[in-house]
Amino acid sequence: MSILVLAEHDNASLNAATLAVVSAAKAIGGDVDVLVAGEGCGAVAEQAAQVDGVSKVLVADNAAYGHQLAENLSLLITELGKGYSHILAAASTTGKNVLPRVAALLDVDQISDIIAVESADTFKRPIYAGNAIATVQSSAPVKVITVRGTAFDKAAETGGSASVEQVGAAHDAGTSAFVGEELAKSDRPELAAAGIVVSGGRGMGNGENFEILYSLADKLGAAVGASRAAVDAGFVPNDMQVGQTGKIVAPELYVAVGISGAIQHLAGMKESKIIVAINKDEEAPIFQVADYGLVADLFEAVPELTGKV
Amino acid sequence: MKVLVAVKRVIDYNVKVRVKSDNTDVDLTNVKMAINPFCEIAVEEAVRLKEQGVASEIVVVSMGPKACQEQIRTALALGADRGIQVETEDKLDSLAVAKLLKAVYDEEKPDLVILGKQAIDSDNNQTGQMFAALTGLPQGTFASEVKVADGKVSVTREIDGGLQTVALNLPAVVTTDLRLNEPRYASLPNIMKAKRKPLDVKTPADLGVEVASSVTLLKVEAPAERSAGIKVGSVDELVEKLKNEAKVI
Ligand SMILES: Cc1cc2nc3c(=O)[nH]c(=O)nc-3n(C[C@H](O)[C@H](O)[C@H](O)COP(=O)(O)OP(=O)(O)OC[C@H]3O[C@@H](n4cnc5c(N)ncnc54)[C@H](O)[C@@H]3O)c2cc1C
Ligand SMILES: Nc1ncnc2c1ncn2[C@@H]1O[C@H](COP(=O)(O)O)[C@@H](O)[C@H]1O
Repeated sequence: MSILVLAEHDNASLNAATLAVVSAAKAIGGDVDVLVAGEGCGAVAEQAAQVDGVSKVLVADNAAYGHQLAENLSLLITELGKGYSHILAAASTTGKNVLPRVAALLDVDQISDIIAVESADTFKRPIYAGNAIATVQSSAPVKVITVRGTAFDKAAETGGSASVEQVGAAHDAGTSAFVGEELAKSDRPELAAAGIVVSGGRGMGNGENFEILYSLADKLGAAVGASRAAVDAGFVPNDMQVGQTGKIVAPELYVAVGISGAIQHLAGMKESKIIVAINKDEEAPIFQVADYGLVADLFEAVPELTGKV
Repeated sequence: MKVLVAVKRVIDYNVKVRVKSDNTDVDLTNVKMAINPFCEIAVEEAVRLKEQGVASEIVVVSMGPKACQEQIRTALALGADRGIQVETEDKLDSLAVAKLLKAVYDEEKPDLVILGKQAIDSDNNQTGQMFAALTGLPQGTFASEVKVADGKVSVTREIDGGLQTVALNLPAVVTTDLRLNEPRYASLPNIMKAKRKPLDVKTPADLGVEVASSVTLLKVEAPAERSAGIKVGSVDELVEKLKNEAKVI
């Protein structure tokens, strides 16, 4: 068996999400190769070669892959992936964008968002917003899989000494072009990787009021997330949405502030180790999953908490 | 411009699904079903394109048992012009749906195909991308803005780091995210009118598509329940618990 892992990166550094995918690959067993496709991505390849458990790093350095356009990248991965038993990527917006294309080009079904490896062909994955866990078995000749990062420990960033090999022709489908991007800039930890997450919901009232959450987050060294209602209302940008159709987080501590606890929100945070809920409605469903619930007005409780931690 | 929209019949998003006691699947008997919320957004976007004069015809397609005609009728009531049901009792995986959709696409030759980004039952997030690969079309997934101009479609995508904009040659595939639009409600007269709009029924055999899957569902379990926590009486008590009991701060 041999497994191809698609590296997640920004051409400058390897994203930690890839480390969890490498762990999932190791749980399947066999050689683990990592594909770094990008433009000017040599430093990423160096980093990937250090990751514990990686046998070989394949580098496809070409302008066609600079922005991870799925039309181009899928052609490359399909070409390289034919010799592998499994092709894995993070269940990130990049992985979700490109991997189903690869599966279709290989004429196989894809298994999305696995949370456990039972054997080389059997996996667990959440369905129905995490209200059920399915065990599925695949008979596909190449198993194409996306991996939920929070469900696997991260492989060590060092300890490996993989060979680095340049591969792949330039595939430019010529049908799509990158126009631009607006990336959120923040000094706070990344949501998916943070040990503590403080999230705000509709109860925050407006975007300015999120300042009181930022103060608490900075005191705790936490990332800040939000419910869909807070994003839809324009309080905060979309990349902060936690939930079934947003980001999945599983920190040591999750603090839900002014969030009612809809199933779609719980799907994104209920694997957190400790959950705190601050809500003025004692009937709010969030209290059913909270280890510590505080029935209070958030505008009083949060500043007080910031002062006391 | 002709727009093709794929809609899926799924459990209503307000319903919390239960696992069957024999762990073979979830229990959908007598559960309220609805159009997948992301598909509703897809229909709405097509209708807006028509209202702007960009789209001339909207065809909506759903694959599944006869009951999914209800969701096609919902889409027709929201403003789609005609419907196609691909009738099958088989459980369809995303690849099979993508193949069926390609067969419909080859017959209809639309300029734009809009799907939801994700079905809220399987949580797959695959079909649009697979369909795009099978047809060789470009894709704008997780769209929060769609603009058609000069033979291209510009799609702003919700990505993990923020927003990304891509320009796609037409024909193209778009999958919708939550912020793309807020779907309207169907008015009673439009619901009545929808009953008279054309709805074709085809089978996978008519379309020459095999719907077999390489994935077997072995077991479905309820997730581990979180044990009920406690209510604390004050911020001081909360801080004390977090420090000394949970030891997370
Ligand atoms: C297809 C689909 C996908 C979805 N995906 C997601 C997703 O990924 N993530 C997600 O979060 N949601 C998602 N949702 C939306 C979800 O169903 C809920 O609508 C949403 O999570 C509600 O957000 P909220 O809890 O902030 O708002 P509300 O439900 O309005 O709750 C606000 C809470 O704030 C409390 N509050 C108000 N003022 C105060 C105060 N001063 N002090 C203390 N408490 C206060 C209220 O008591 C209330 O409990 C999705 C929905 C659909 C249909
Ligand atoms: N049976 C189906 N009939 C019509 N459209 C579907 C079907 N299954 C999936 N789709 C479309 O594909 C999207 C994504 O579904 P999925 O990839 O299964 O998460 C949905 O929002 C629909 O637009």
